[in-house]
Amino acid sequence: MTYHSEQLVKELDEIAQSLRMDALEMIYRRKAGHPGGSLSASEIITALIFHQLRIDPKNPDWEERDRFILSKGHACSLLYAALARRGFFPREELQTWGHIGGRLQGHPDRLKTPGVDMTTGMEGHGVAVGAGLCLAARIKNLNYDVYVLVGDGECQCGVLWEGAMIASKYRLSELTVIVDHNHVQLDGPVHEILPVDSLADKWRAFNFATFEIDGNNMREVLDVLDMAKEIRNKPTAIIAHTTKGKGVSFMENKSAWHGRPPNDEEYAQAISELKRRLSKE
Amino acid sequence: MKKMSIRKAYGQALADYGAENPNVAVVVADVSSSVQTGFFAKRFPERFFNVGITEQAMVDVAVGLALGGMIPFANTFAVLFLRAAEQIRTCVAYAKTNVKIVGSYSGLSNFKDGPTHHVECDIAVMRAMPNITVVEAADAVEARKMVPAVAEHDGPVYLRLSRSDVPVLLDESYEVKIGKGVVIRDGSDVALIASGVMVSRCLEAAEKLAEEGIDSYVVNMSTIKPLDTGLVVKLAEETGALVTAEDHSIIGGLGGAVAEALGEGKPANLERIGVRDTFTETALSYDELLDHYGMGVEDIVKAARRAVQRKHR
Repeated sequence: MTYHSEQLVKELDEIAQSLRMDALEMIYRRKAGHPGGSLSASEIITALIFHQLRIDPKNPDWEERDRFILSKGHACSLLYAALARRGFFPREELQTWGHIGGRLQGHPDRLKTPGVDMTTGMEGHGVAVGAGLCLAARIKNLNYDVYVLVGDGECQCGVLWEGAMIASKYRLSELTVIVDHNHVQLDGPVHEILPVDSLADKWRAFNFATFEIDGNNMREVLDVLDMAKEIRNKPTAIIAHTTKGKGVSFMENKSAWHGRPPNDEEYAQAISELKRRLSKE
Repeated sequence: MKKMSIRKAYGQALADYGAENPNVAVVVADVSSSVQTGFFAKRFPERFFNVGITEQAMVDVAVGLALGGMIPFANTFAVLFLRAAEQIRTCVAYAKTNVKIVGSYSGLSNFKDGPTHHVECDIAVMRAMPNITVVEAADAVEARKMVPAVAEHDGPVYLRLSRSDVPVLLDESYEVKIGKGVVIRDGSDVALIASGVMVSRCLEAAEKLAEEGIDSYVVNMSTIKPLDTGLVVKLAEETGALVTAEDHSIIGGLGGAVAEALGEGKPANLERIGVRDTFTETALSYDELLDHYGMGVEDIVKAARRAVQRKHR
């Protein structure tokens, strides 16, 4: 495992924090979007897009690029902000999110947005689609890895576990599934709506190499991604314990913020909180 | 007429085409021996994936294979793809991935397993999804020739196959043209437009109608979407009397598509042969079951007579 320098961690942390502000601004401007699950996933998406993935913004369809499937597609404000900052399209374009004729749909669209590897938004598909991508790589002798970010509510979907069985059968070590375990879904706490208890045990039982980390801690995210790369003969699952709405006090752990935009005052307060944190980092 | 198995012809063709095209991959959900993907599996085990009874994930795995540049054929019973309708709609149709959905055992062709295994609404479901091309094979020759045609057609395709052995109608010179209906018998009084196994029944009906002086076109409408509306309108103008025939509900399938085309193009007398908005029953033979549910040769003859008579009212 490589040692990640203080400098790198700090830089990535700053990006993660800025992306939170970008995402909130986008949601505020559009008066629609999903703040809670976008804020919880910022360290994970940042670590992938700005560090882990072998991708090239100038050649988004490069055959040997690593693939990233945002299976929890409702977190796309953060993904769009990250892709823009990484150079896949101009940052001004973020302002056109959700406009008719624009390239940024309400949920990710692989045909419209450079850098989006798969159309998502309906929960549950990412693991099986990722498995198919890994199988294609084997047939074609291509050397890429596939990362899939799922929600914990999404772990209620049967098709996700079907995909897990298939990935396990074919020992797809190229596949890494990250669960953004923020404990809150649209209608309320996950443990009330439909418990997905012992997530790590579940993934282990499906024969995934399984890790648990603090998914809002950049160093832990970077380290675990390195460890996942070392796994042979089986896919990896990372249970990333996160906080829904991370970074904005009144949004944290509240299902009400799963899918509603902030009003003027809420937005001002959210941005000032995020700025304060950024200046501390 | 000599009968041949549609599913076997498909399975062999898939293996043959696999030899020609290294990008073809096959996924199947625990029905490989039924839908005859074993020929492919034997020759190309590295491109064959039996994923068990996971129809939804099977479609998603096919989507992933397509994203990785393969041409995946996803196989199971037609009725079981209804379970994966959202996968097909979102990840195949909307995401425009190059996945070929092969619904075998369609219509009532799995007569002996009963109505749970019959399917009367798959075409209706697939046809309403944007971006999906819907085709159906009329006999073993067409099933065989459709494999390369479907593989080389860029984009999502739903290929509907029958479990049954059906009379061979087409000869080696037949060329599959996706989007085009093929007139296989010329006529003047009425046009019988059919897909799948009902094409051969329409040919029989046409012979009977000829005996009573009714001269029938027979059309193999193997592409149900996009429908060859040009041909439908032309036949409506020429004959004014149309009969559709399919092993599917009269709602939303070929009959529905032709009715829509006539409504917006050239209104004409139309009779629809198919499952009349009902669930079906188990039977001892496919032919008996089709006859029982109003898809017999005699039913086609009567429908043609009615359509012709209505012209003269």
